[in-house]
Amino acid sequence: MPEPFLELVDISKTYPGVVALDHVDLKVAPGEVIALIGENGAGKSTLMRVLGGVVEPSGGLIRVDGVERGSFTVGEAIQAGIAFVHQELNLFDNLDVAGNVFIGREPVHGGPLRLIDRKALYAKVRPLLERLGADFEPDAPLAELSLAQHQLVEIMKALSLDARLVIMDEPTSSLTLTETDRLMRVIAGLKADGVSIIFITHRLNEVMQCADRAVVLRDGRMVGALTRAELSPAAMIRLMIGRDLRSLYVPPAAAPGEAVLDIVEAVTDTYPERAVSLSVRRGEILGLAGLVGSGRTELARAIFGVDPLRGGAIRLDGAPVRIASPRAAIEHGIYLVPEDRKSSGLLLDVSIAENISLPDLSSYLRLWLVNTARETENARRQRERLKIRTPDVETAVGSLSGGNQQKVVLAKWLSMRPKVLIFDEPTRGIDVGAKQEIYDMLRRLTDAGVAVLMISSDMEEVIGVSDRIAVMHEGAISGFLDRSQFSEHNVLQLAVGHTI
Amino acid sequence: MNKKDLSLLVLILVVGAVVTFINPRFLLVGNLSNTANQVGMFGIFSIAEAFVIIIGGIELSVGSVIALLGVLFIDLIVNHDVNWMLAFAAIIAGGLAIGLVHGTLVTRMHIQPFVVTLCGLLIYRGAARYYTEDATAGFGFGASFPTLEWLTAGRTNVLGFPLPHSVVALIIVATVAWVLLHRSVFGRYLYAVGKNEEAARYSGIRSDRVVISAYIICGGLTAFAAILIAMYTRSISPAVHGSFYELYAIAAAVLGGCSLRGGEGSIIGVVLGTVLLQVLQNLVNLLGIPSSLNFAVMGTVILIGVLGDQYLVQRRRATTAKAKPQANVAAAPLERANAE
Repeated sequence: MPEPFLELVDISKTYPGVVALDHVDLKVAPGEVIALIGENGAGKSTLMRVLGGVVEPSGGLIRVDGVERGSFTVGEAIQAGIAFVHQELNLFDNLDVAGNVFIGREPVHGGPLRLIDRKALYAKVRPLLERLGADFEPDAPLAELSLAQHQLVEIMKALSLDARLVIMDEPTSSLTLTETDRLMRVIAGLKADGVSIIFITHRLNEVMQCADRAVVLRDGRMVGALTRAELSPAAMIRLMIGRDLRSLYVPPAAAPGEAVLDIVEAVTDTYPERAVSLSVRRGEILGLAGLVGSGRTELARAIFGVDPLRGGAIRLDGAPVRIASPRAAIEHGIYLVPEDRKSSGLLLDVSIAENISLPDLSSYLRLWLVNTARETENARRQRERLKIRTPDVETAVGSLSGGNQQKVVLAKWLSMRPKVLIFDEPTRGIDVGAKQEIYDMLRRLTDAGVAVLMISSDMEEVIGVSDRIAVMHEGAISGFLDRSQFSEHNVLQLAVGHTI
Repeated sequence: MNKKDLSLLVLILVVGAVVTFINPRFLLVGNLSNTANQVGMFGIFSIAEAFVIIIGGIELSVGSVIALLGVLFIDLIVNHDVNWMLAFAAIIAGGLAIGLVHGTLVTRMHIQPFVVTLCGLLIYRGAARYYTEDATAGFGFGASFPTLEWLTAGRTNVLGFPLPHSVVALIIVATVAWVLLHRSVFGRYLYAVGKNEEAARYSGIRSDRVVISAYIICGGLTAFAAILIAMYTRSISPAVHGSFYELYAIAAAVLGGCSLRGGEGSIIGVVLGTVLLQVLQNLVNLLGIPSSLNFAVMGTVILIGVLGDQYLVQRRRATTAKAKPQANVAAAPLERANAE
C-alpha cells in the first residue's frame, strides 16, 4: 500500500454539551477504499464534514501531502482533491448531464457575453462518461435519468475536479441490486486509477464486497478498524454496537391463525399484465422481499387505496372490500407505514401529539371540538409504549431522529385498532437500537392478533424478522418461503425470477 | 395570541402612536369609527383569503367577485324588486358557487390556483362591466331599504363610540373562523393539507374535499363582504370597484403570519394585519401624504415588517442553535421561518 496522502490526526469536535468526535485518527492512502460504519449518530457524517471543510474541528490537525493544517475551508478541501457525493444529491434536474458536471465552470466563448461553448463542454464530459462506463449521453436531460445515474453524474463532477478522494454518504441506500453492483464496479475502477474512496454505509455486505478497510465509529470514538482479512459481518456488528446482536428472530407466541387479508389477483398500474395473490394471517409477519422496482410499494399503495386497483380483489376476514381511498382502508383497519416517512408519513413541523391524532381526530372530540388534553395524554402514553425519545410531546416531529420519527408514524396507527399493518421499509435510515425496538413492537403486535405485511429490501431484516417470506419479481409473486427455507440465496434466487 | 400576533399588535400601537403624535385627529371618535368600518369590511374578505392561503392555495379574484356580486345585489333589490333577504341569500349562494368552481378546477382538473383565480379575476370583472354596460350601479332617487341599510352600514352607540355594524359582522365571522380553524377537526385538516397534502392523504384525510371546502368558504365570505361594501359605497363603478382588494387580503394574511406555502397563519393575525393596513391608509390621509403614495407607503411598511420578522426569527434560531447543537435544523428551515 502506498504512503497515505491524507491524515486526520487526533480530530475532535465538541458542541456545547456534546462530543461529536473524540480524538479520531484516520489515514487515507491513494487507491484505498475505506468503509466508514457505525450506528446513526456515531459521528460518521461529522467526520466527513470535517474532511470536506464544512465543519471546523475543535482539536487535532489535518495533514495533506505532508502539510499540516488545523482545518479546511470548503475551497481548500476541493483544492486538496477531496470531493463529496452527497446522500441527497445536489444536482439540477432542469439541466443536462454536462451542464451539471461543469456547473459554475462552463467553458465559454470569448467575447463580452461569455456564451457557453457547448461543443467544448460536451467534449470535456465525454471522456468522464467513458471512464465510468456510463450508458447515457452528455446532453441527456437530468430529469430523465435514474437516481443511480444521478450518482454517476456526481462522481463525474468529482473527477472533473481532479478528486483524489471521493467521499460517498450512503451511496447505495436507494439503489437497486443491479445498480449497486454497477456502483461497486465504478468504485473498483476508481481504485485502479489511484482514486481513494470513503463510503458511509449501513449495508455490511457491501463492505465485505469492496472495502480494503472498515473503520468503525461509536459515540464519536473510533472503536476499531478491520483490515480486509479481518472483515466479517459479525466482527463489524460487534464493534458497531459493542455487543453481539442477538439473533433477531423472535417466534410468535401462538401459531398464526386464519387469513385476515387476502389479495386475489391484484393488478396495479405499474405492471398491468401481472397479478399478485397473497394472504397474510392473523398473528404473522409476512415479509415481502424483492428487488427495488419489483412492484411491492405499488402493491402496498393499492391495498391502502392511494392508487387504484386495476383488477383483482381484496378480502378482509374473508369478505370482499372495496378500498378506493386511504380513508376507506383506515376505516377497515388496514394501516400503512409508508416508505418515505418525511413526505407521506408525517407533518414535520407539527407536534408529535397532533401527528399521532391526525387520522383519528373524531375520537378526540368534546362538544365538536378537538380536546387537546386527551390528545396530549394519548401521545404521552404512546411515547412510553414505543420509547419515543423526547422530553415533550409538543415538540415538532421534524426535530426528532429518524428512528423516533418512525415511532411516531407507528404511534398514529397503534392509537387506533389495527387489523392489518403494512410496513414499507420499516427501518430505512434508522439506527440499530431503534430498529430492534421496532422489531420488538412488530412481534408484540402480531402476538396481539394483528396481521403484518412487511416490505423490506434489507436482507437481514427480511430473514431475521419474518415468519414467512413472499418474494416479488416484476409485478408478480415468484415464490413463498417458510422459515426452514430462509436463506439469502433463496430470497435472491426468487427475487431475480429464478426458482429454487 | 402567539408571538407573531403580539409583535404585530405592538407595531400597530407604535404606528398609531406616531400618527397621533403628528396629528391628534387620529384619535377623534369619527375617524376611529370610520377606520373601524373599513377594518370590518376588509377583515371579512381577508379572513376569506386566509382560508385558501392556509391550504396552500391563492385566491386572486376577490376584488372582481366583490364588484360582480355587489353589482348583482344592488341590481336585484333596486331594479328587480327582489326581497332583500332573498337577494342576500342568492348573492351568498353565488359566492359559494364561485368557490366550488374554483376548488373543483384546482383539485379535479389540477390547474394551479394562481391560474384559476387569475382567470376568475378577469372573467368576473368583465362580467360586471358588461352587465351594467360599464355604467355605475347605485340606488336610484328615493330607493330606500332602512332595515338592510341599518344592518349592514349602520352604527350602534356603544359607550359613546359609534360602533359600525361591519365590525360586529367581522367579530362574529372572526370568532367562528377562529373556532373552526384553531379548535375543530376541519381546521386541523386545513392546516394538515396545507403543510403536507400527501401525508394528510396517507392519514385518511380526503384532501380534495378539504381544498374545495376552503375555496367555498372563501367564496361565501367574500360574497358577504361584497354586500357590506356595496351597501356602504351605495354606488358601484364596475370598472374600479374592489380593484386590488385581493392584494389587501393577501397582504393582511401574510402580515398575519400566513405562509404562501400553506399550513401557517392565525385568525387573530389576519385581523391585526387588516387593522395595520387600514391604520396605514388612515396615516396617509391624516399626515397629508399625497394619496398617490398610498400603495407605496403600505408596500414599504409591509416589507419592513416582514424583514424585521425574518430578522427576529433568524436571531432566535441562532440562539437556539447555540443552545442545542444536536437539534435537527435541516427540517424545512423556510417553513419554520414562518411558523412563529
